[in-house]
Amino acid sequence: MAAAVPAARWARAAAAALLLGCCGAVLAGGIQDQAEQFFKSGHTNNWAVLVCTSRFWFNYRHVANTLSVYRSVKRLGIPDSHIVLMLADDMACNPRNPKPATVFSHKNMELNVYGDDVEVDYRSYEVTVENFLRVLTGRIPPSTPRSKRLLSDDRSNILIYMTGHGGNGFLKFQDSEEITNVELADAFEQMWQKRRYNELLFIIDTCQGASMYERFYSPNIIALASSQVGEDSLSHQPDLGIGVHLMDRYTFYMLEFLEEVHPASQTNMNDLFQVCPKSLCVSTPGHRTDLFQRDPQNVLITDFFGSVRKVEIMTETVSLDRNLTGFESDPVCCLKRQLEISDKEREGKPQLHQRMGRKLKAAKGCIGNRTTKVC
Amino acid sequence: MLAVGLVLLLAAGLGQGTTRGVLREELLLRPLPVGDVAAVFQFRTRWDADLQQGAVSHYRLFPKALGQLVAAHGVRELHLALTQGFWSTQSWGQPPLGAPAGAELWVWFQDTVPDVDKAWKELSNILSGIFCASLNFIDSTNTVTPTASFKPLGVANGTDHRLLRYAVLPREVVCTENLTPWKKLLPCGSKAGLAVLLKAERLFHSSYHSQAVHIRPICRDASCLAVSWELRQTLTVVFDSFTSGQGKKDWSLFKMFSRTLTDACPLASESKVYVDISPKNKEKQLLEVTPTPTSVHEAIVQGDKTTYAVYDLLSPVLFNTSRSLNVQLKWKRPEDSSELSTPIMHAQRYVSGYGLQTGEISTLIYNTHPYRAFPVILLETVPWYLRLYVHTLTIITKGKENKPSYMHYQPAQDRKRPHLLEMLIQLPANSATKITIQFERALLKWTEYPPDPNHGFYVSSSVLSALVPSVIAMKDVNVEESPLFTSLFPSSDGSSYFLRLYTEPLLVNLPTPDFSMPYNVICLTCTVVAVCYGSFYNLLTRTFHVEEPSRGGLAKRLANVIRRLRGVPPI
Repeated sequence: MAAAVPAARWARAAAAALLLGCCGAVLAGGIQDQAEQFFKSGHTNNWAVLVCTSRFWFNYRHVANTLSVYRSVKRLGIPDSHIVLMLADDMACNPRNPKPATVFSHKNMELNVYGDDVEVDYRSYEVTVENFLRVLTGRIPPSTPRSKRLLSDDRSNILIYMTGHGGNGFLKFQDSEEITNVELADAFEQMWQKRRYNELLFIIDTCQGASMYERFYSPNIIALASSQVGEDSLSHQPDLGIGVHLMDRYTFYMLEFLEEVHPASQTNMNDLFQVCPKSLCVSTPGHRTDLFQRDPQNVLITDFFGSVRKVEIMTETVSLDRNLTGFESDPVCCLKRQLEISDKEREGKPQLHQRMGRKLKAAKGCIGNRTTKVC
Repeated sequence: MLAVGLVLLLAAGLGQGTTRGVLREELLLRPLPVGDVAAVFQFRTRWDADLQQGAVSHYRLFPKALGQLVAAHGVRELHLALTQGFWSTQSWGQPPLGAPAGAELWVWFQDTVPDVDKAWKELSNILSGIFCASLNFIDSTNTVTPTASFKPLGVANGTDHRLLRYAVLPREVVCTENLTPWKKLLPCGSKAGLAVLLKAERLFHSSYHSQAVHIRPICRDASCLAVSWELRQTLTVVFDSFTSGQGKKDWSLFKMFSRTLTDACPLASESKVYVDISPKNKEKQLLEVTPTPTSVHEAIVQGDKTTYAVYDLLSPVLFNTSRSLNVQLKWKRPEDSSELSTPIMHAQRYVSGYGLQTGEISTLIYNTHPYRAFPVILLETVPWYLRLYVHTLTIITKGKENKPSYMHYQPAQDRKRPHLLEMLIQLPANSATKITIQFERALLKWTEYPPDPNHGFYVSSSVLSALVPSVIAMKDVNVEESPLFTSLFPSSDGSSYFLRLYTEPLLVNLPTPDFSMPYNVICLTCTVVAVCYGSFYNLLTRTFHVEEPSRGGLAKRLANVIRRLRGVPPI
């Protein structure tokens, strides 16, 4: 009897443990799903700042580098209004270019990265350290046009690509001034404090490029460089017809990698880290992910290089409220009425539905005879 | 009832047509004397709306970016030209639409604008964003207010020259990034009509490329009670087809643009191609044009009678035989190159002198008309760092001094304002006038040099504006009915036509310091200080004392043994 009671208790305990284990597993599965959800990027828009800092014809390859990244980024969906392209010299219409209005990345003129639809925001003498830092931090003179501004917010993923001549701790701008890694790190910290980015991908293709990301201390930054401190980044191949080297090795192989990516691909950051091994690049590319909160395995390439919108398809229809006439002339009443309507709608309707409904009502209420920019 | 309904519908349609805007597109192909061919595209949008009142919020054909610009900054007229290359008047004849090398912007403001300089600055910044050009470098150091050279080309109430601003950036490069936004302003973009020919790879592989935007108010009708706004986008390109055509001067649209025309822009009310088939030196049948043109048009352009073969892209007969239109021109017999007709007025400018201290700017203006003299207004804008000496200004015609009847000179202020020199000079018949002025080069502060100072500094082109006597009297042109290329400049009377020429820009070297010197000086100074001070310090503070030789350990004794064996003195 005494033995049976502990046996029964053991059995009960074992059953309870089994049940608990099952529940735990289910819960853990649920938690993992939630964790996955948590680690997906929360960005809503993408920006790109692409900078070429070198002047003179023999630095053709730096312009070709920047234009190849521009081309990939445009192809994957980021529009010109969200790209700030800075080219320090003009190679396409340079008098020394045997094929005007073209910039090639592959020899034998295979790929024209300049194309027919290009908008350069900062060109020639406008590419200075001051302008670059002003673009990043947003402290721009009030008369600057929109296409020259980085209008990012706290839900923006920004890609920053820089190329040119550099050294240990600095990057040369136009052969007359430099930007140091400390300045760059402080600029990124200013951006973080002002909530100007959600996540930032920084790629640099210069000699001793890894020194430029050594000093970063703001969160949510991944950095890639084409060479370590003490190493030189080498150029890829010259074209005998044009007479100069066309691309740098790291960006050449990165372009080949990006040509395989399309807006729906699932390639992640780890693939980008493997892009140019030492056998191809001669220098050792480096990367830095300690400031980044997510696992690079979960970061899609299109999170930074593309502009992938999350679209949810609805099968229900939304009816627009026609009772807003008479309130069109008074914006305060208009807004109050919108809030009333949206409050009523909030009970018992799916969240997306009421969000969309609110937006549509706001749009209808504000369009009218008014041409002011209140709404 | 039906008739009334039809009339109403028609009225509605017409009304909508004018509130929407009217688009006309035109391509003029002109073979030039030396075998090159010039192509001039013009896209003109006329809109019967009052932009100035600010009541406009719905834009159809007129681009919203430019409409908002005009309304927000009180602009009455705007002319922006971006040019690469130089139109050599001597070999190519008078330019259809001249422009200086680089970027040129001149604007007439409304008299209601409170601060013209502030509006000018904001306008140049906004235009630099729209056209991807560095127009934000336009500031007081390169802006001038000409008094006589630039008069409004549209309807104008008064001409107070304080409302005019003119600036040129001679260093500005023109490339595909300037063409892309220009094409996007066209109603059909580059997808239909004449704009399909605008491919950057062909357009920039040329001797001369100039694209411009002209916005001006024009009379809505003959009574001129209301004002419409006109936007003209022009693109002039000169192809060197002789060298690329393997020795033959025959050309075609496909050879020049690597595209052919397939249709007209659906939004255009008129879409035509004009080919200049004027016989040179009264010889007929020199040129053969295929396919057959829809009509032949004769016009008096720049004082001379010219014949044009017209291809109307909107006429249904044009695309009957083939889907695409490829205009081809063949020369019946090889033309003698010695029969070049010299233009009535052409000019040249160059800088002379030696060294980096002084120099001289010389301008040569030629009047080749056999018996008519006419005056010309010369406008020169020289940057402040070339200090002009106006007392050395000499104007010599046929060996004698020629005094200008009107002269306006505004001296420069260092770092604030450039020199402005405007003169009205009478050019006698069949003469060459030489205008020289000496200058001294200034030494800039070391932060003011551009990153490539050894390239040199540019002096913008001079502007020559003249009413040139025409060979044949011209009738008053009705803008709506005549081709676009005849109606940009208003003609005051039939006996002369207005011509604006630009000279070459100049490239001048300024005394440039050696920018590596600060680094060299620091290295040298530090080395000298270290060596001298170091030695001095050592001399003063170093003391010598005798050191007892130590017995040494086992290792030392072993080493000494080995050394003695070798025959080397011991440690």
